[in-house]
Amino acid sequence: MAKEKKESVIESSLKRKYKLQAKDVNVFYEDFQAIKGISMDIKPNSVTAFIGPSGCGKSTFLRLFNRMNDYVDGFRMEGKIFIDDQNINKKKVNVELLRKQVGMVFQKPNPFPKTIFENVAYGLRIQGLNDKTFLQERVESSLKQVALWDEVKDNLNKSALALSGGQQQRLCIARTLAVEPSVILMDEPTSALDPLSTAKIEELIHELKKQYTIVIVTHNMQQAGRISDYTAFFYLGEIIEFDKTNKIFTNPEHKQTEDYITGRFG
Amino acid sequence: MNNIRKNRLKDQAFKVWGIACTLLGLVLLLIFLGNIFMDGIQRINWSFLVNLPSRSPEKTGIYTALMGSLWVLSLTTIIALPIGIAAAIYLEEYAKKNKLSSILEVNISNLAGVPSIIYGLLGLEVFVRLMEMGASVLAGSFTLALLILPIVIVSTREAIKAVPSSIRDASFAMGASKWQTVYLQVLPASFGGILTGVILALSRAVGETAPLIVIGALAYVPFAPLSPMDQFSVLPIQIFNWITRPQPGFVENAAAAIIILLLITFVMNGIAVYFRNKWQKKLK
Amino acid sequence: MRKIKEFIIEKILLSSALITIAVTIGIILVLSIEAFYFFSEVSIIDFLTDTQWTPLFTNKHFGIMPLLSGTLLTTFIAIVFAVPVGLSISIYLSEYAPNSFRKTIKPLLELLAAVPTVVYGFFALMVVTPYLQGIIPGLSGFNALSAGLVMGVMIIPYISSLSEDALHAVPYSLREASYGMGSTRLQNSFRVIVPAASSGIIVSIILAISRAIGETMIVAIAAGQQPRLTFDPTVPVETITAYIVQVSLGDVQHDSLEYRTIFAAGITLFVFTFLLNTLSHKMRKKFREKYE
Repeated sequence: MAKEKKESVIESSLKRKYKLQAKDVNVFYEDFQAIKGISMDIKPNSVTAFIGPSGCGKSTFLRLFNRMNDYVDGFRMEGKIFIDDQNINKKKVNVELLRKQVGMVFQKPNPFPKTIFENVAYGLRIQGLNDKTFLQERVESSLKQVALWDEVKDNLNKSALALSGGQQQRLCIARTLAVEPSVILMDEPTSALDPLSTAKIEELIHELKKQYTIVIVTHNMQQAGRISDYTAFFYLGEIIEFDKTNKIFTNPEHKQTEDYITGRFG
Repeated sequence: MNNIRKNRLKDQAFKVWGIACTLLGLVLLLIFLGNIFMDGIQRINWSFLVNLPSRSPEKTGIYTALMGSLWVLSLTTIIALPIGIAAAIYLEEYAKKNKLSSILEVNISNLAGVPSIIYGLLGLEVFVRLMEMGASVLAGSFTLALLILPIVIVSTREAIKAVPSSIRDASFAMGASKWQTVYLQVLPASFGGILTGVILALSRAVGETAPLIVIGALAYVPFAPLSPMDQFSVLPIQIFNWITRPQPGFVENAAAAIIILLLITFVMNGIAVYFRNKWQKKLK
Repeated sequence: MRKIKEFIIEKILLSSALITIAVTIGIILVLSIEAFYFFSEVSIIDFLTDTQWTPLFTNKHFGIMPLLSGTLLTTFIAIVFAVPVGLSISIYLSEYAPNSFRKTIKPLLELLAAVPTVVYGFFALMVVTPYLQGIIPGLSGFNALSAGLVMGVMIIPYISSLSEDALHAVPYSLREASYGMGSTRLQNSFRVIVPAASSGIIVSIILAISRAIGETMIVAIAAGQQPRLTFDPTVPVETITAYIVQVSLGDVQHDSLEYRTIFAAGITLFVFTFLLNTLSHKMRKKFREKYE
């Protein structure tokens, strides 16, 4: 009896083919339709890149997965968003809990005006986890994961604003990791950084995907090519093409995709 | 003289006029202050500060008025600060763009323009008479608290507005609730600005005379307040009282007390500016 | 559980904000109720038309005109002084002065508004009046002129600061166009910039007037306590605010007619300042719409 139960648990998690899903999603801001009929399935432990010209809905769509659009005046959504087969827009869903499972890194690094330590510990403190030893362990492991520990371990009490841009962004990633999410959303995380920092973060993403499911919006197509497993090409609120990155960049199905990739329009 | 020369001359003349006007106000202020300084500086000594008021100009002192001002200022802070900051947080972080919030905003800006003596009339009827506090420190503090409330609200709102929205975004994205974001991020980050606004509001309160006269703060109080229900006087009322006395010795007393009052006012303003600069640096 | 906590916190914050509305309602109620009692004994016609205000004498008159004229006279003098000076300062700082000068001077000018008014009153009575008495023989010890001039000094920053903000907000492109045609700064300022910023400037003047009307200590100390329907700046007068102070210092019985006169005076004052403030608010909204 017990053996059967064990198998069905494994089976069900194997069956959960997709970590993130969108079904027939439309998004409106007042009368403007920002997303038109998008459906998408994202596999766990993968890196998916959203590419496309500015203003085509990539960020908007990204933010559906942690419901950050809820704060925008006039926002309205139709369709369903699933994480781990759960519809995240149901009334009973605790949005704050959702955001601990789905972390976000923003385009411009936005560390809190606090110490490095407090930045990473913040996500834990707001859950009521204030035990000193626990926090110290978690902060250390998070900073190690983003390869920042050696650089800052003697300065944990200094202000996070004193770090360089690249370090700040890695710090922002560390604080997201500290709460142990399963999904990380990144909205153009390296567009404000220099090439060296960008390279470091791309390396980091490569490491992170072993443990997390990552979705990244990027303007930099070469970046998408380098780090993602799957790529979705957005244009004017629709997905023109969504496939393995390799295919998108070498043999796209749609002419529009090809034109964008080859730079015929931007 | 052709037109261009004439115009240029007019231009230069206005420049001189402009500088003159700008300096006029400051020069006048300097004359005022210099005059008061000369009148009063000799009168300032330790006994002036600790003596109780007396009918004799040589023996009188500002002790009770100073204590009264201290009492009133402290209680005013305790009353106005929580209410003002809470109201500002609501308007900046919670209120939606609806009819209620625009009414609230218009109302606050109206209250800021109501003459201070009207607050005195309000305090007289509501605190002194209706709530039977009498002409006490408590009634005076409540009255002044209402007077400075709009100032506290407006300056706290400015301080909160200055906190970049990216910090709120980051906090929400990590799953913090609205109150957690306000309490753990917005308030600490805006603390310096709030402090500045509060100190400026209080430096205004310390110089207020009319509303306290109306609620019945006495000009001649021979004892320092020992409880919030005691009668009281404050420094500006003491000054007013001495100005209106015919005996010649009281002019020096008034001038001396003014020096003390100005010292307090300018020191508070200076501290506020210092904190504002420190806080603005911190945000960058 | 968490949601309940958040809800309660939001309601507590809301009620703090609602206190401000309670204050306004309180002011209106207090003034109206006492004024109502007052007007049940004194006809509003008398109040508005009688040329004497002697509620504390045996032969009682309750005409608000003398107090009103005292208020308006002192305010007028203050404005006549402060507007040219304040405007010139704002134009100079906005169009002529180097940035560093502007940055140091502005806070210093704000200092003028930070001085407690009882100090200004001292100065009006002890220094300005004796000085003016040397120039104007027959100037009485209490008069509207000294008080008005000193009030004017106090409200300079109200006009200069707000006007300067208004001038500064005018887009640079207008200046470029004007200078490009060879105009001097003076011509540019008065023909182009000031008209463009006119609503902001008017707002600053309205606010300064409102401030002057509501001023108490300077006039209570230096303008006198003789209600007099006059426009002669050299004689003692009494303003609405000074009257309220006078009664408050004395021993007037609560709930007597004399007591209620301060509320009748107060409600008159409130109506004036409320109208002025509302007007300035409406104009400021119009002004903002123009540049956004």
